[in-house]
Amino acid sequence: MLRQIEGSRAVAEAVARCRPEVVCAYPISPQTHIIEAVGAMVRSGELAPCEFINVESEFAALSVAIGASAAGARAYTATASQGLLFMVEAVYNAAGLGLPIVMTLANRAVGAPINIWNDHSDAMAVRDAGWVQLFAETNQEAADLHVQAFRLAEELSVPVMVCMDGFVLTHAVERVDVPDQELVDRFLPPFVPRQVLDPDDPVSIGAMVGPEAFEEVRYLAHARQLAVLERIPGVAEEFARVFGRRSGGLVSSYRTEDAEVVVVALGSVLGTIKDAVDERRERGERIGVVGITSFRPFPRDAVRDALGKARRIVVVEKAFSIGFGGVLSTDVAMALQGLEPVVVTVVAGLGGRPITGASLDRVLESAGEDRLPPLTFLDLDVDVVRRELERMAASRRSGPTAENVLRDVGVVAAGPV
Amino acid sequence: MPEPLTTPAAPSSEQARIRFYQVGSFAVGNRLLDRSLRTVQSDTGRTNSLDSGHRACRGCGEALGARYTLDAAMRAVDGRLVAVNATGCLEVFSTPYPETSWRIAWMHSLFGNAPAVATGVAAAMRVKGRNDVRVVAQAGDGGTVDIGFGCLSGMFERNDDVLFVCYDNEAYMNTGVQRSAATPPAARTATTEAIGPNPGAPFGQGKDLPRLAMAHGIPYVATATVADLHDLEDKVTRAMGIRGARYLHVLVPCPLGWGSEPGDTIRIARLAKETGLFPVFEAEAGKVTSASPIRRHEPVESYLRLQSRFRHLFGEPGRPDLVARIQAIADANIAAYGLLDSVAGTTGGPS
Repeated sequence: MLRQIEGSRAVAEAVARCRPEVVCAYPISPQTHIIEAVGAMVRSGELAPCEFINVESEFAALSVAIGASAAGARAYTATASQGLLFMVEAVYNAAGLGLPIVMTLANRAVGAPINIWNDHSDAMAVRDAGWVQLFAETNQEAADLHVQAFRLAEELSVPVMVCMDGFVLTHAVERVDVPDQELVDRFLPPFVPRQVLDPDDPVSIGAMVGPEAFEEVRYLAHARQLAVLERIPGVAEEFARVFGRRSGGLVSSYRTEDAEVVVVALGSVLGTIKDAVDERRERGERIGVVGITSFRPFPRDAVRDALGKARRIVVVEKAFSIGFGGVLSTDVAMALQGLEPVVVTVVAGLGGRPITGASLDRVLESAGEDRLPPLTFLDLDVDVVRRELERMAASRRSGPTAENVLRDVGVVAAGPV
Repeated sequence: MPEPLTTPAAPSSEQARIRFYQVGSFAVGNRLLDRSLRTVQSDTGRTNSLDSGHRACRGCGEALGARYTLDAAMRAVDGRLVAVNATGCLEVFSTPYPETSWRIAWMHSLFGNAPAVATGVAAAMRVKGRNDVRVVAQAGDGGTVDIGFGCLSGMFERNDDVLFVCYDNEAYMNTGVQRSAATPPAARTATTEAIGPNPGAPFGQGKDLPRLAMAHGIPYVATATVADLHDLEDKVTRAMGIRGARYLHVLVPCPLGWGSEPGDTIRIARLAKETGLFPVFEAEAGKVTSASPIRRHEPVESYLRLQSRFRHLFGEPGRPDLVARIQAIADANIAAYGLLDSVAGTTGGPS
């Protein structure tokens, strides 16, 4: 049933209908509404049996989930940004142990400077940890991906992170058909762990592994991810059969049939990009969009199939590797090895800066005319940057950059520099 | 599969009345006891939770402490036990892949998260209606007082149904003997070398974890050493009879890190208690309920001289001033816990 509902609430209800048995909660914006709503459902008895545990840190949140999952319980938590980085040791651990935990990542920038708004630098920071990372384009997809996430995680013994843009999705109220309980029960079988802590059949989990076997164990983690890659389309198909709508999959293509220019992106910005592309299509440009839903494992073949015929690829990224450039772009370029398209990176939307249709249109105009450099920062205020560089050159003790820049753009009520 | 188990040990109050007067080891008297009062370790049907073949050093106090503790816990809960282990010596020497010395359900995750992982295991058991399965988490002093303390404090304040056991050997032994917040003053470690005017670890630092545990108001806190098997097993049994967060702090000498003879591990652990440097006590809901009295009071020097980590305090010229400061610590413990009171064991403690 379609309802006007906040994204966080929709995700919380979808998660609850997956019947998690242990949920760990630690507040961090913009994830907090999700965990609050799950907690209320446990309190009211709507979600039972479920242990809802208020922990003292994100590191503990994921660690409690690790223990619960290893003991055979379906475990869930949610985090964002600094919280994800605070738990990063446990992020790697959960993957290394092959524990099928599902976690929502309400994507948010990573400090310093501290910033609570949306970008993808948190997800990118843990892309190599061994988690499946699925990116939701809409709140409907965010809700649906959680149901698919539990299915994938448990079937293949691998943790899954569902990434949804902080605020843009988590706090947006829009129409969502929250997965129906009866259908979720049909789609998601009970959790049967591959390994479990059980006094009746004692095993040692988490043994030390030296050079003699570490590579093999690591390779098997890679093999598991490749198995996920094989499985994602099938799970999305089954989801469509049971729920009557499409969600998930590896990639999604939009108006790419004859496209010479294709824009690639992750998450909610795809909506804005599609609008920009529609306008350019009306003006006669052969342009399309490819959204990557499964960022890890990275669907190299699907990306190659979706992009191979284009002449120019513009990757719009809400994160970048400082000192190098695009992260997603690198993966896209690798997927296109030996093919002709030129891949350029547009870094946009950092720390929640709006990615407007007008700005996108400008950058796509340049792309169409082959005037776009390999790395562009959308709407970068070059004057602000130049002035700070000048201050740094003029005085050794030029002070904290973030504060200087804020003062310069007139956001902070402070005296002149 | 765990071994079949015999009946749980008798209540502690009965055992507390039994006195062993054999020379050297108190364990000798075990044979004179009624079978039901003998130690779990003396039972050939014990679990051997940590089985032979592991790679601990000779004389390792932690290996003894872990086996004593877990075997007693296994008996107390009829084999319905899961153990969670922090990173450290105990984890490394017991599970070099593909071998394991654990004959119980056992899990290692990370250095600092054992209390939280244990919380998760306990929650899973509760939600699945398997309330008979109990959870023990264990760590060295580094994993307890330092890197694991955040998670431990969280587990305590939530009063999660976990017995957390700290095997305290007073430094980071697995990484080569570096100072922890449990390292005693003047002890030489690789990061507090015996150099300069203030050799070894500084005075006036460190955490008293049992007291911090008590401050959380958890139902049960106890300290023990590997020297007194009856006392240790008794406390484990008591702890497993209680629901909620419980804390057991076991002193486990480390021949490698302390510079002691492997054959002196038990002797040194006993001297830690008999000098007053390591008060052995029990506390319930934040209050000390009993303290084990000192049987043969010894000066701290008897304890310190057996360990090369304190070698710089002796010889010529030595540091009698520092030995005196350590003696003052022992004396303060004795006063605080009433360790030399004629009716010791019934009152006392700085609560």
